[in-house]
Amino acid sequence: MSTAIPETIEDTLSLLSQGNYVADRSLATTLFLALKMERPLFLEGEAGVGKTEIAKVLAQALDRRLVRLQCYEGLDVSSAVYEWNYSRQMIEIRLAEAAGEIDRKDLSTDVFSEEFLIERPLLQALRTDEKGPPVLLIDELDRTDEPFEAYLLEILSDYQVSIPEIGTIKAEQPPIVIITSNRTREIHDALKRRCLYHWIDYPTAERELQIVAARLPGIAKQLSSQLVAFVQRLRQEDLFKLPGVAETLDWADALTQLDTVALDGDAIDNTLGALLKYQDDIAKIRGSEAAKLLEQVKSEVSNLEAMSG
Amino acid sequence: MPATAVIDTEGRMAENILYFARLVRGAGIPVGPGKVLDAITAVKTLGVGQRQDFYWCMFALFVNREDQRALFDQAFHIFWRNPRMMERMMSAMLPTIKVDREEELEEMTRRLADATGSSNLAASSPQDDEEIEFDASFTYSSKEVLQDMDFEDMSVEELNQAKLAIARLRLPIMKVPTRRFQSSLQGSQVDMRASLRASLRSSDSIELKFKKVQQRHPPLLILCDISGSMSRYSRMFLHFMHGITNDRDRIQAFVFGTRLTNITRHLRHRDVDVALDSVAESVDDWSGGTRIGACLKEFNNRWSRRVLGQGAITLIISDGLDRDNADDLAQQMDRLSKSTRRLIWLNPLLRYEKFEPKAKGIKAMLPYVDDFRSSHNLNSLMALSEVLSREQPRHRYSSLQDIA
Repeated sequence: MSTAIPETIEDTLSLLSQGNYVADRSLATTLFLALKMERPLFLEGEAGVGKTEIAKVLAQALDRRLVRLQCYEGLDVSSAVYEWNYSRQMIEIRLAEAAGEIDRKDLSTDVFSEEFLIERPLLQALRTDEKGPPVLLIDELDRTDEPFEAYLLEILSDYQVSIPEIGTIKAEQPPIVIITSNRTREIHDALKRRCLYHWIDYPTAERELQIVAARLPGIAKQLSSQLVAFVQRLRQEDLFKLPGVAETLDWADALTQLDTVALDGDAIDNTLGALLKYQDDIAKIRGSEAAKLLEQVKSEVSNLEAMSG
Repeated sequence: MPATAVIDTEGRMAENILYFARLVRGAGIPVGPGKVLDAITAVKTLGVGQRQDFYWCMFALFVNREDQRALFDQAFHIFWRNPRMMERMMSAMLPTIKVDREEELEEMTRRLADATGSSNLAASSPQDDEEIEFDASFTYSSKEVLQDMDFEDMSVEELNQAKLAIARLRLPIMKVPTRRFQSSLQGSQVDMRASLRASLRSSDSIELKFKKVQQRHPPLLILCDISGSMSRYSRMFLHFMHGITNDRDRIQAFVFGTRLTNITRHLRHRDVDVALDSVAESVDDWSGGTRIGACLKEFNNRWSRRVLGQGAITLIISDGLDRDNADDLAQQMDRLSKSTRRLIWLNPLLRYEKFEPKAKGIKAMLPYVDDFRSSHNLNSLMALSEVLSREQPRHRYSSLQDIA
């Protein structure tokens, strides 16, 4: 038997922290409701704030299978839901002919049965295994086109798929559905209406520090408080793409790999590529701007230390 | 009726949620009855405990777009501070609402104020709440804006003719292949599913069916300048934008002068007059200065990733006369041209024969556009169809000679 779904918001928070996911109480509340009410959870937010991660952590912590559907433009039923196994169907037809069976009607019900179905992620997600219903992650839904979004409506509201040749396949137990979007376009209201919505913001300094500590346990304390303060300042700057939490973690990792114990101008300039991904942004920050930010960060961190110590 | 049953058992809580939903709906967030039932279920699931948890519970159910957050937040705090206070407020007809927020949220508060005011009426006759719309809240600024618009150069008759012509205008944007298929006799790929199904109907051999790649228009983005120097044309262009918005899907429209405004949702009204009134109300920099660089920057940073997906084409309608000095403009144009399939610039100044791109802004923009077109009359707009309908290799202008 798999881990039971949490009974309170506190349980949800501790469940997530088991997977080293530091969540806001607001997110935990929404997630808890989604689990309890068996509704899909629709997560929006800037890239790299941990939307996808939550599904992975959830699957791991609840010990459920994770079924992931990565969306892209032109995603269609045959790669997202099901496809017929044509070669097997053809062999079956040839065999039937060789055996002298010629009743076409029988043959067609035979060949278009579940046995010849190749299940793709959405159909797989309707199957409950011994661990219970899986976690279905529909990642970056904004990348698909509108027709596919419309197709999802049936699955998300009734947890069922209609296959013309067979009929309706319904989930015995509804899967836990997490949908993410980076807002490269707006998702239609009809789909959002079926979900619980949550906007994930950039974390506060305090929470970001907790995240770094949870994900990179070995990091020097001074370095982590400096780099978090630096990233927090960077998010106030006028940049094309602000760094997300994923970038913070990458950067922290990069700095530890280089055996940095405290931030300095050179270390920042050399590793800025882990944090900023557009040349314009890098050119703007590198050098004097970074030094200025670092100066502010250092005084801020030492003030904090003076206050606490 | 299940709804009443719920209300009976949960008493005041359910009723309060109902009123809260009505307030939120009145303020412009679409909350249907289904959502209200969900909210009641959710609160039962959650139990009435911490205020913060309750907040996020309501949030998850009632909000579904990021820009509704601030509005919801205010509505929540006003309503749930003390529902009794709501009643008092409704009886006092709203002047007492006091919310400490930044200036930019003021408009929303006014919207909310309207909603609270009208929910008093709605309580006595529930059918009325359909009529609550947030249009009413803009009355003050709209008058001023309408006075400021000076596109009356055309006679009424001329204007009407132009409108009709524009309403008929269709833009045959070239099609691009998608990754979807449709069945076709001339197709090059075998459609296995159709073939097998057909084979079971006929006898003997398997008859092959074919499919081909579907084609579709890419999305279109229009950025239209509404500054003073463009004012004689901007009304025409708004008609033009309205015409094509209603002709096809996936069009995003923005206007800019000193700041950028997204008018896509306003243009969706079928009726052109309603649509343009609604645009006029939402824009408050008509016929002012132009800050092309700053507006493009705002577009690049805030919108480009959201509206330029899936290989969009961009149409800039502007005379390129920038009030700011054009330092940042080239950089922003560069960024824009990198995020779009094709960048087309319509410039009404091009009708003057001796036009030369001397203005700093024009010089800065020109290297990054793929097409540079005149757009001062109906004919030039019609000619645009022809430009859009062919897929051209990207091509950059370095001097005016190239334009001819």
